[in-house]
Parts: sequence; structure tokens; C-alpha cells
Amino acid sequence: MTPFTYARATGPADAIRMGQGDGAKYLGGGTNLVDLMRETIEHPATLVDVTGLSTAIEPLDGGGLRIGAAASNTSLAAHPQVREAYPVLARAILAGASGQIRNMATVGGNILQRTRCTYFYDDAARCNKRAPGAGCDAIDGFNRIHAILGASPACVATHPSDMCVALAALDATVRLDGPEGARELPLAALHRLPGARPDVETELRPGELIVAVDLPALPFAARSTYRKVRDRASYAFALVSVAAALDLEGNIVRDVRLALGGVAHKPWRAEAAEAALRGKPATAENFRAAAEAELSAAVGLRDNAFKIELARRTIVAVLGELAEVQA
Amino acid sequence: MSVIQDAAQSVMRTAIAYVPDRWVGTAGGDPLRTKHGLLGAPVSRLDGPDKVRGAARFAAEVTLPGMVYAALHYSRIARGRIASIDTAAAEAAPGVTLVMTHLNAPRMNKPPIMMTAPKAAAPSDLPVMQDAEIHWNGQPVALVLADTQEQADHAAALIEVTYEGAPAVTSFEVAKAHAHHPPTILGEPPELKIGDAEAALKGAAVSVDHVYRTPRHNHNAIELHACTVAWDGDALTVHDASQLVNATAWTLAQIFGVDEKQVRVTSPYVGGGFGGKCLWWHQILAAAASRLAGRPVRIVLSREGVFRMIGGRTVTEQRVALGAKADGTLAALIHTGVVAMTTHNNCPEQFTFPARHLYAADAIHLEQEVADMDMLANTFMRAPGEAVGTFALESALDELAEAMQLDPIELRRRIEPAKDPTSGHDFSSRHLLDAYAKGAEKFGWDKRAAQPGARREGEWLIGMGVATATYPYMRFPGCAARIRLGADGQAVVSIATHEMGMGTATVQTQHAAARLGLPLDRVRFDYGDTTLPEGTLAGGSNQTASNAGAIIAAHEALVTELLKLAGNDSPLAGLKVDEVEGFDGGLASIADPTRHESYASILARAQRDEVVVEAEGAMPLEGQKYSMHSTGAQFAEVRVNAVTGEVRVSRFLGSFDCGRILNAKTATSQFRGGIIMGLGLALTEETLFDERSGRIMNPSLAEYHVPVHMDVPEIDVIWTDAPDPHSPLGARGIGEIGITGVAAAVANAIYNATGKRIRDLPITLDKLM
Repeated sequence: MTPFTYARATGPADAIRMGQGDGAKYLGGGTNLVDLMRETIEHPATLVDVTGLSTAIEPLDGGGLRIGAAASNTSLAAHPQVREAYPVLARAILAGASGQIRNMATVGGNILQRTRCTYFYDDAARCNKRAPGAGCDAIDGFNRIHAILGASPACVATHPSDMCVALAALDATVRLDGPEGARELPLAALHRLPGARPDVETELRPGELIVAVDLPALPFAARSTYRKVRDRASYAFALVSVAAALDLEGNIVRDVRLALGGVAHKPWRAEAAEAALRGKPATAENFRAAAEAELSAAVGLRDNAFKIELARRTIVAVLGELAEVQA
Repeated sequence: MSVIQDAAQSVMRTAIAYVPDRWVGTAGGDPLRTKHGLLGAPVSRLDGPDKVRGAARFAAEVTLPGMVYAALHYSRIARGRIASIDTAAAEAAPGVTLVMTHLNAPRMNKPPIMMTAPKAAAPSDLPVMQDAEIHWNGQPVALVLADTQEQADHAAALIEVTYEGAPAVTSFEVAKAHAHHPPTILGEPPELKIGDAEAALKGAAVSVDHVYRTPRHNHNAIELHACTVAWDGDALTVHDASQLVNATAWTLAQIFGVDEKQVRVTSPYVGGGFGGKCLWWHQILAAAASRLAGRPVRIVLSREGVFRMIGGRTVTEQRVALGAKADGTLAALIHTGVVAMTTHNNCPEQFTFPARHLYAADAIHLEQEVADMDMLANTFMRAPGEAVGTFALESALDELAEAMQLDPIELRRRIEPAKDPTSGHDFSSRHLLDAYAKGAEKFGWDKRAAQPGARREGEWLIGMGVATATYPYMRFPGCAARIRLGADGQAVVSIATHEMGMGTATVQTQHAAARLGLPLDRVRFDYGDTTLPEGTLAGGSNQTASNAGAIIAAHEALVTELLKLAGNDSPLAGLKVDEVEGFDGGLASIADPTRHESYASILARAQRDEVVVEAEGAMPLEGQKYSMHSTGAQFAEVRVNAVTGEVRVSRFLGSFDCGRILNAKTATSQFRGGIIMGLGLALTEETLFDERSGRIMNPSLAEYHVPVHMDVPEIDVIWTDAPDPHSPLGARGIGEIGITGVAAAVANAIYNATGKRIRDLPITLDKLM
């Protein structure tokens, strides 16, 4: 671990003031950043502890919820309104990590966690994310946990969060504050695809801080779920995960939200699949066609081609489960 | 791990077939062989309370005055030379005492590799930081000493090394092209032929012939490898987490050119061994750096460090071909294959060993080869050989049973041998079919659908599988025990043996208390220290029998001495050693327990404060005369998700025939632990060895998947409890058998659930989609 200075922020303005300048990083629960520092993958000069920021989870006027960025993953998953109105979010969070880690991890930190690509973690390997232009050892190496959608020749890494997949499905908005002032971004627009610059992972500007996440009112999300497929029953990252909410009128899909995890450099909102389903009867055949619409662009690598079929099957199973529940 | 056994084998093979021990089932034999009481009771581990309270001091918790902390810098290439090494920044970093590289390390002798001498323990004979040569990706190239662990870690990261790479063999396929026989497989010939198995296979009524593959695995004990070392002149003390203290001391003495007696190794607690807590480079480097710096040194490997520097299980590729006659007996049994090894170690993963002893066949062909690779020396890990060998053999038997439309248990009944199929020796005790019958009844085997894919609940396909477990009995020579019996009625029994959490100390305390006729709390068992009488290494599941044999011998010496002291005025007067036993705090006549005198009384009359005796267990000749193996039947029920291919083991039962069980609680835990490791072998564990670089890419518990709690169902364990007439206490060691057969039982259950036969481990969901 490289020596660093540590400061604890009392509020957003304080944090942003301290977070300016090269080498400053905001620290939430540290469940990912501290690991990366120990591995000498991250070496911030300054850590600005933002766990003192808002942990509140409060109703928004006109429906919806505002979640303070410092709220723990555990408290968000356990919040009664989340469990009732957005079960997909509670289930996604509980599918991730372990109880101890969820107690420490913050919502802001979860959003900004970095990939689990093993070549990213090993500084003896080539990685364009760590050292832009160095090359990528994952493309022809172990890439079982890597992307099938939206990857580039520079990077095939995936975003590992479960929570973010649910947030993407729920049309969450991320509230930011920074040296240039406050702004909002849809969660789905926060993370970037790798393109030629996999080292630039989000649209955050220098010194910008996530202060809250807003969930819009989405009544049909009360019937939503999250399914995570992985290599052991717990404590493993998703090979494929599906967050879904389904709104049926009779047997017709009035509306649907669908997002995939473990398949791309960002939580993958499945808009093509959603479009293919709206107004259609909720049948296995249509679910398959929707999955197909989303995955037609998927590309498999040496070890992960199975994930295309796995994603297809999991989408169909999850939508089928929701349709049956609602029928 | 028959290290010591090998060395003694030439002597033993010429010895007369005479078993001199009192424990054999002859008249006047050991009364404790079958007597229940303390022995067999589910006594909780005596070290449990100290561990729960945090009072147990592990190797990484020993603090010495002036101690400094070590960190390592590892190579990033698999083969070549260090062209330059820049340590200036590390040396200038805060708190740094010393940076050691091949340029300034003290000169050391070549490590004596395992099997070359009775106590040789080096995992590889490569010189340790003596030259610029790189032999594997992850080899330590520099060691930093600093005032704190954090300072040492930081400084180690500042070291800059440039390498001159050389061509490396890091592909198993490439290495296999030059595969060859090793000189021996743990003392056994690499090839064994009875009849013409290939011809018999061709002529068989029904046959199966397939290749099975198992991946590399790494040791992941909870406790990281650690030791704290100090020199006092030429005397070296190593507080280690070790499963072989005596061999470590002897080997370090050879490396540093000092007398064996000058090296003391202690290891009172070990947080999991499994074959991994042996002598590796970290103890040698810590001792070298301590000598160079003149300070005590503590070294604790990081989890990544354990992957880079502590060997694991090697990759195997195994062919099993079985040819059956119409009556379901075997005409041919062929088990051959190749494993990766290096040119600097000696651990050929004895996967053909199960087939040497399990089943009758007219013709047998067993053959193992090794393929030399540039990699970290592989090592013993959780039933080396048997764990992966039973996967191939027992999967193939299931395939044969399917092909013959026979119940898999019925097939095993038909091929049960009368004698050891390759040595021709009588079995000392074998109740495998009994274990099958009891296990089948308890598990509900009769509910298994013979047709694959017949049971389904929602998305889940359900199946059952079974496989044989097997592990050899081993007792090693050279194990000695000391008994100190005080006039206060307290006894201390000492052996330099190892308690790694499995209950060794608890079981031998039970044994000694029962033998002495003392309550459990009157007996203390000391272990894990080379100042005690020499023990055996904790390997090959030998410790229970070796320790029991030594305690029996020491007890005989004690009784001899006590009868002498008792003299003619004692109620015991005139009785011979084999006519008395420990009873009610003293000695009593076996024939007439009213002839009794307490230890306190005997010692008081003789005006003695204590009696101290020491003796070595009898030579383990029983293993030369009999085929001695534990066996068992592993039953798995699995649920396979028809959508995703996910596998959940929903029920498991192990039914074991391991001689007499000495502690029902610790035994159950050991069997369960082994079975859980077997579930990891079957479903999740795989070291990602990048064949381009020879580098391990998942050196972390997040990405190297051992089973977590949710992967483990309730595991039922039963046993025959049939005493082995030829082992001390009728017991056979149970440390390793639990893992054997598990992967095949799971794979066979998956086949029964899905109709898909998976022949390469781990059985991840993509293989079932």
C-alpha cells in the first residue's frame, strides 16, 4: 500500500473542497478501494472519507425514494419501503458480497466499485484499464467472467455490481455535486462502455461526488425480482444476472423493465428487449424473442460464450416467473 | 504422504513377518482395542476453549524482542534470470532494516528434497535465493525486513526487477509430449501390469474407456502460512505453523549447516494444514534474513503469497478403461495418465493408488507419467492421488454400471476382491460392502431412479450418485512417547506430533487417560515441539496410529517400572506387565480388579515424586504383512437447474469403514470437512494457471472458489466401527478419506439427474447447459 493522507468530510461541501486536486479519492466503506490499494492497483494520495454524508432513505414528493450515498447496502436492502415497493433492489443487494461487506459498503461506493477482471488485479499482466495502451491480457486469457455485450478490443471487463443492475432497471437517477456545481445523471448513463478508454469508467467529472440516488415512483416494481447465476451458491460475482419488473394488463405486457448484470462494462439496461415486449402477450415465445433482440449483438470469447445462452435462458425464466406471479 | 515409510521400506521388506505388538488380537492382547468408555466418546476438542477465547497463540502471534517483519517480492516471469534488481527505494523507505536478494543472502546448502532422507522435508531442491535463476512465476526474488508489516509490504512493492526471460514450458499440452515415468510413485513402481489388460478390454462383453481431467488446486487454509524465527548464536528457533516439526528442524539444519539439535521448531496450533503447512521457502528465507539482520523475524504470507509460493495439487489427465464379463465381474481394469510436475520436486499425485487395492479384475494395467513444467513445485494436498484418482475410477464404474444396466452398488458387490488385487495380501479388515449396505439404507438409495432425468421439481432435476472412498492405513516408524507420572496422580504424555484442528491431542489424551486409568482432566498431552520425543509428520493420515503405537510402548515401559517399584508388599506383587491394566488411578490385575494399588501409593512407598519413561512404537510391520486400507461409500443427492445448469448438493451421506472410531465428535467433523473439500473438488475449485505466462490469475478467496456455507448441505456420517485386528487401538487414520470418492459421487448424481456425464472438474454450470 502506498502512503496516503486521510481526511474525514463533515458534509458534501467539505468533501468536495477536500476532494479537489490530483490523486484525491472519495472513500466509502472501503470494501473495494482499500483492497485495490493493498494490491497497489489504486494509489490515491488523499482519501476523503465520505461516510459522514447522508445515510437517509426518504420518500420523495410525488413518490419515489431518495437514498443518501453513505447509506449502507444492508440498510438499503432492509428498508421497508424498498422491500415493498422495489423488491428487485433489495434482492439484488442481498445477492451480493457477504453480510459483513454489505454492512460496510455504501451505496455510492457500490456504484463506483471496479471490475473483478483478474488481469486488472495483477500488475504483472497487461491491462488497458490500469495502464492505457498497455494491451489486454484478458481477451485471449481467462475471460469466463467477462463481457458479452458492449466490449471493445481494448477491454472486455464487466461491472461487478448487483445493486446497480436493479438501479438501472428502476430508472434511478444519480445526484452529483462537484466543483462545478450540482447535477443529475440517469444511473444508466453514469457508467461508460470501454471503447478506446477503458480507464475512464464513468461520466463523473474531476472531484465530482455522488451525494444521493433517486428512485422514481414505479408502482409495478412492487412485482419485480432479481436472479443471479454464479459459480457457487453465495459470495461469487454474477456470471449473468437479471433484474426485471413486469406490468401486465391481462396477458398483455403494458410495461417492462429489464437489466442485465455480469455481461458488460456497465449495468446493462435491456432496452431492445423491453421494446420488443411492450404491447405483446406475455408468452414464453415472446420472452425468448425479446431476449434474442437484446442478445443478437452479443459476442462470446474463449471462456464466456456460454453466457449468451445463459442470459437468454435466465431472461426467459425471470419474465416467466413474474408473469406467473401476476397472472 | 509416505515419506518416512519409503525410507524404511527396504528394511521392513526384509524383516520377518512377525508382528510383535501387544495390540494384535491374540490372547493377552490390548484390552483397550475393543473396550468402550473414554475411547470412542464424543469428547469436545480440548483446545477449543482456548481457541474460542483467543488465548491460543499461533505462529504469527509469537512476539520476540527486537522483532522485525518480512515481506516478499515475487518474480513475474516463469523462467529466466534476474538481469538487475534495484532495491534503493525499498532500502530508503521508512522503517526498513534490510533488503535481502540473491546478491546478499547468506550462503545456504541445497535443500534436501522430500524422500531423499527420512527427515528431508524440502518441497523442491532448488537453491533458495542463491542465484539469479528464475524457475517459476511467483518465485520470491527479494525479502524486506521492516519495523512494521505495513512498512515491509510498502517497501517490497518499491523493488524494481528486470528479467532476461528464457523459454518456459508453461503449457500442459506441450509438456505432455515429453511425459515420462518418474523413478517411483511414492516408493511404488510407476507401472504395474497383471495379465494383458488391453487384450482383455477388447474381448470384454461390455466396456467403457474414457479420459477424465482434474484441474490445479491451491491450499487455502484459514491461517496464512507464517513463522516467527530467531537465532541465538548457531541455535535457531522457529515458531511455525507446521505439520512436520522434526523434519523441518532436520532440513533447516542441513540448509544452514548446523546440528539438528540446534534447531527447535514449535507448532502448538495450526489453523489448517491439509498438506500445505510443510517446509516452504518462507521459513528458510526468514531464518536467512534473521541471521543477516541479527534480529528475530516474523513472516506472514499474504493470501496471494500462499498462491505464489506454496504448492498445491497438480493437474491430472487420466484414462480409465473397464472391461466387464457378462456376469458383471471385471476382465480388465486400466487406469493410466499423466500429471504435471517439475524437474525439482517429487510429488507425482498417486492417482492410480485406489485401483491398486479396490477391485478384482483378471487383468490390470496401471501407469503414471509426469510432464515437466516450469511452475511452482506441486505438493501434497487433501488426499493426494486418492482424491482425484477416485474421481476417474469411480466415475468410470458408474459408466460401466449404466452400460450393463446394473445398480452401481451391485456392480461393486460383484467386483469385491477376496484379497488385495495387486499385492495378493490378505486385507487386515475390510467391510466396504457393509458400509455400502448401511449407507444405502440410511440414505434411501432405493428411491433412486435407475433412468437418468426421471425426477424433476420445477426447474430442478434431481439425482443420486454413489462412489467408493478409499485411503491407505499408515503408521510410520520412529514415533516415540514420553510419559511422566507424578505422585500427585497427574500424567503428562509428550510426543512431537501435530494438532491442526482435527483432534489429535484430544484423542490421544483420551487414549492415555483410558490406558492409565485416570480421569481426562488428570492427563495432559504435550505436542508440537521438537524438544519433545520425536513424532511423525502429519501426513498420510498416520498420526492416530503412530501416536497410539508410541503411547502403548511407553505405557508398557511405565508399567514395567511401576511393577518394579511396587515390589513384594503391593497387592500387585507377582503380576506381569501383560496381567495388569490402568484402573481407577492406579494399576489393577486384569483377572482380579480387587488386586489394585494407586499410583500415589506405589510412588509414596518407593519414595518417588514421579516416574518418567520414554519408548518408541514398534516397527510398523503390520503394513508389510496385510493390505491395510480404509474404505467407504459416499452418497450424494444433487439438484441441477434445468435452466441455468447450477448444481446444488441437497443431501450427502458418508458411510465409512475406518477401523475403530476413537472420538465420535472429532471423527464426524473430520469426515464432514473432507466431504466439504470434496464438494469443492467436484463443483467449484480451480486454480487459473495462465499457460501463456505460467502465472496464477486467481490468487484470492474471492476468485478461487472454495464451497461457502450455502453450498454445503447437511452431511450425515456413519461408520462400521469394526476394529482393525492389526492396528493400535483397532483404529485407522481418518484424516484424508473423507474427500475421496466425493467428486465421483457428485458427478454420478449429476448424471442420474440430467443424463449428462461430465468428465472434467470442476463441474461448473456451463458444462451442464
